[in-house]
Amino acid sequence: MGYVAVSGGQEAIEASIRLLDHCRAGGGQELELSAVQQKLGLLIDRVMGEAGLYAPDYAALVLKQCEGCVEEAVFLLRAYRSTLPRNYYTQTADTDDMRIIRRISAAFKDIQGGQILGATYDYTHRLIHFDLKNEDPMELLRRVREELECQEPQPPKACPRVSDTLKKEGLIDTYEPDDSEPFDVTEQMLEFPAPRSARLQTLARADTGFLGGLAYSVLRGFGAIHPTVGELRTGYVELLVDYPFGEGESIWIGEILITEVECFSEADGEKEMKLADGYGVVFGRNENKAIAMSVVDRELDLPGDFPARDEEFVLMHGDSLEMNGFISHLKLPHYVTFQSKLDAVRKTRKKPQASGEAEHGADEESQGGCNEE
Amino acid sequence: MNPITEQPVLKVSHLTVRYGSGCPCCGTSLEKNRCRKCGTVWAANDVSLEVYPGEILGIVGESGSGKSTLMKSLYFDLEPTEGTAYLRDYQDGAKDIWQASAAEKRRIRNCLMGMVYQNPLLGLRMEYSAAANIAEKIIAAGSRDAGAMTERAQDLLSAVEILTSRMAEAPKNFSGGMQQRVQISKALANNPSLLLLDEVTTGLDISVQAKVLDLIRKIKARYGISILLVSHDLAVIRMLADRTVVMLDGKIVESGLTDQVLEDPQHAYTQQLVHSML
Amino acid sequence: MKSEYNYGFLDEGSKREIRRSVLKAVAIPGYQVPFGSRELPIGRGWGTGGIQLTLSLIGPEDVLKVIDQGSDESVNAVNIKKFVALCTDVPTTIHTAEATIVQTRHRVPEVPMKNNQILVLQVPTPEPLRVIEPKEEVTKKMHAEKDYAGIWLQLYECLIRYGKVTIGAEYPCMVEGRYVMNPSPIPKFDNPKLNDAECLYLFGAGREKKIYAIPPHTQVIPLAFEDVPFEREDFSGRKCRLCGSEDTYLDEIFDAETGERYYQCSDTAYCKEVRARHESNH
Repeated sequence: MGYVAVSGGQEAIEASIRLLDHCRAGGGQELELSAVQQKLGLLIDRVMGEAGLYAPDYAALVLKQCEGCVEEAVFLLRAYRSTLPRNYYTQTADTDDMRIIRRISAAFKDIQGGQILGATYDYTHRLIHFDLKNEDPMELLRRVREELECQEPQPPKACPRVSDTLKKEGLIDTYEPDDSEPFDVTEQMLEFPAPRSARLQTLARADTGFLGGLAYSVLRGFGAIHPTVGELRTGYVELLVDYPFGEGESIWIGEILITEVECFSEADGEKEMKLADGYGVVFGRNENKAIAMSVVDRELDLPGDFPARDEEFVLMHGDSLEMNGFISHLKLPHYVTFQSKLDAVRKTRKKPQASGEAEHGADEESQGGCNEE
Repeated sequence: MNPITEQPVLKVSHLTVRYGSGCPCCGTSLEKNRCRKCGTVWAANDVSLEVYPGEILGIVGESGSGKSTLMKSLYFDLEPTEGTAYLRDYQDGAKDIWQASAAEKRRIRNCLMGMVYQNPLLGLRMEYSAAANIAEKIIAAGSRDAGAMTERAQDLLSAVEILTSRMAEAPKNFSGGMQQRVQISKALANNPSLLLLDEVTTGLDISVQAKVLDLIRKIKARYGISILLVSHDLAVIRMLADRTVVMLDGKIVESGLTDQVLEDPQHAYTQQLVHSML
Repeated sequence: MKSEYNYGFLDEGSKREIRRSVLKAVAIPGYQVPFGSRELPIGRGWGTGGIQLTLSLIGPEDVLKVIDQGSDESVNAVNIKKFVALCTDVPTTIHTAEATIVQTRHRVPEVPMKNNQILVLQVPTPEPLRVIEPKEEVTKKMHAEKDYAGIWLQLYECLIRYGKVTIGAEYPCMVEGRYVMNPSPIPKFDNPKLNDAECLYLFGAGREKKIYAIPPHTQVIPLAFEDVPFEREDFSGRKCRLCGSEDTYLDEIFDAETGERYYQCSDTAYCKEVRARHESNH
């Protein structure tokens, strides 16, 4: 019987799953979860962001489980998240109070609180460091700690938002402050036009590559703007929940690392020009995604036919889980539908004179074809 | 036959399309169609006209004169600020079509009026066959008889002098003149009593223009349909229109029998138009 | 059953929410009810809509059958069965008549289902108008205004070009004269089974976050012109080489060695039952 994909499926599936362990086994090396979590931090950030679940240890675990495949890892985390009951909602986290580890502005040389370059690959030469092949990890740790200990501690300076000054000046009024209950994209189906809260949530969870490509299209000309990064800040924000037994009291539940971007572009005002700001925020240090998000956020407010301005197009096609699920489903058997298509194609070939030209009476003939059945 | 005693196919009264809130000075301080004081634009300003059975009413004017605004309002492509329009075939001319429900408006567009745009992309589905373009209208009118649709498509395509052997082809493969002819046949699909033609020959070669104009005359004779014909080209108007309305800055400045308007223009603008044609 | 997870994987609140959407869908046959589709450990596009329906409805009294392409042993069917077994304790069967819930992809079983059974269909693209209009915002309005001219135009275009309606599976149907519905990618052969049926049909689209339903004895008519009757896939003159059935949907199969073409029932459980009957008769 030449029908392998259907009969005996169960055995084949189980064998296939066992085979994955062979892939994972490698040469027997150790893959410590703490090492994945601490040494592949940007990968962890990306997975947590696209999954919409801030859980560095689980992210490390799922990356180990799926050979480091980003979309598999996102999938695992997201599926796990949907089994968790939602017990509390945090209070709105104010990123003004962020404990900043990096902060730059491409709009102004001097900003209040100062530019803080922090850790960035931006200015590295992308040369492979072959000496890392034989690096002594403990020596590396000792060296970076030593460097840290030599530093003079400085009190943190206040870092007001760059956009605040421009807002006070009346140059930016893109959005009214909005304290209404946000739309929850994890519990409701998106409807269009989508409220901005839904838009921002969807973009924040979107696939990094998808968002990057869209933003790039805007910059290249499929969009109006070459925005300026008004401010990019990375740091820790504290999360608080309401204390259930005390009015006005809060409980500190931890802190998360996020990157937040505001990008400025010109906008039409009533009589004079203004500035508009697009907003992006992501888990961890995924900077390019945060910038891309802010570009797309702004672009979605503009009218026109560019792909990045089409709300439904942008918001419906960027979810890692959805896109990869549907693409991979193409590998499932389609015997029945293909048979049906084949039948339709063959039927059109039985009637040579009906194709292309439909002279008077062609329809009557095709009805004759139906009646034969 | 005295047209005045007959019920008009279309009667438009006091159509006004305004962009802006208007102000008390709008009546006196208009520069072209824009108020100097408040900046309000009067795209159509108190336009009234009637189209009688079997006649071609020409509307002539430069761009910005309001003729396209009138056409778009009639075909529900934009919403008028004020005014009424009655179609003889809609509720016996007793109900303003601009007050119709969305579904009724769709029916009016599909069955009671036909529209031919200057740009065939607006009127045709370029990827679908010529026959399907005609069938689209018939389907929208509620028919579910494919054979009858094909017969009707054959009749109409012959009427616009397109070979029925090409009815399965998509208009994207047709020449500009042919596309306009397919648009005309599509507009006629449900036997409307009124045809709206918006600059249908603009942009076509002179020889092709003549053919399309000739066709419009034949269509009128064959189907007895009333036509509202918009053009910036006085030659087109002279060739086809029984009566003519001259528009300028959103207003009607002159109207009458075409010969009369052309031979004895009263308004300075019309005089200028007629002179420039000679 | 793995106890780290709730019965039926989803938490009770989610299951209740899905059942409410089901009730609404039953109340408005053919109308697509949006719902807060949950992520599952199975891929979006792999039947997560159907699985969420099954999980929200299933209880200890139920008997489950899962098929894909008509087969109980297809990779996807096996995978789904395994998952449901992991988080519930219901017995499974291959016999349509024994099951209380049948979950399926691309087929309706050959054995007519009864009024105590539910058929759950997995749907990739719930929107029948999607082929003519990509935007949800627009298709929603088209349904509200019952504006289905675009689909009829497509059918007509097929006739003009090919003299035949060339839509294969996912053939659009009119439900109770109101909503045009995508019956999921079942072949045209199965469409008549939806009309005036005894059982409840539920359709779930996980990725697109929609649920819709055909309650028992609902009128479901494939769209067809008055003068061009609806036509199913044609298997005349062919029969299943295993059970000899001439009235079932057949898979076309090529012998790996000889290259010879032959036919076999797509509904493998039905095929087995027919063969068993033949044997007991002899």
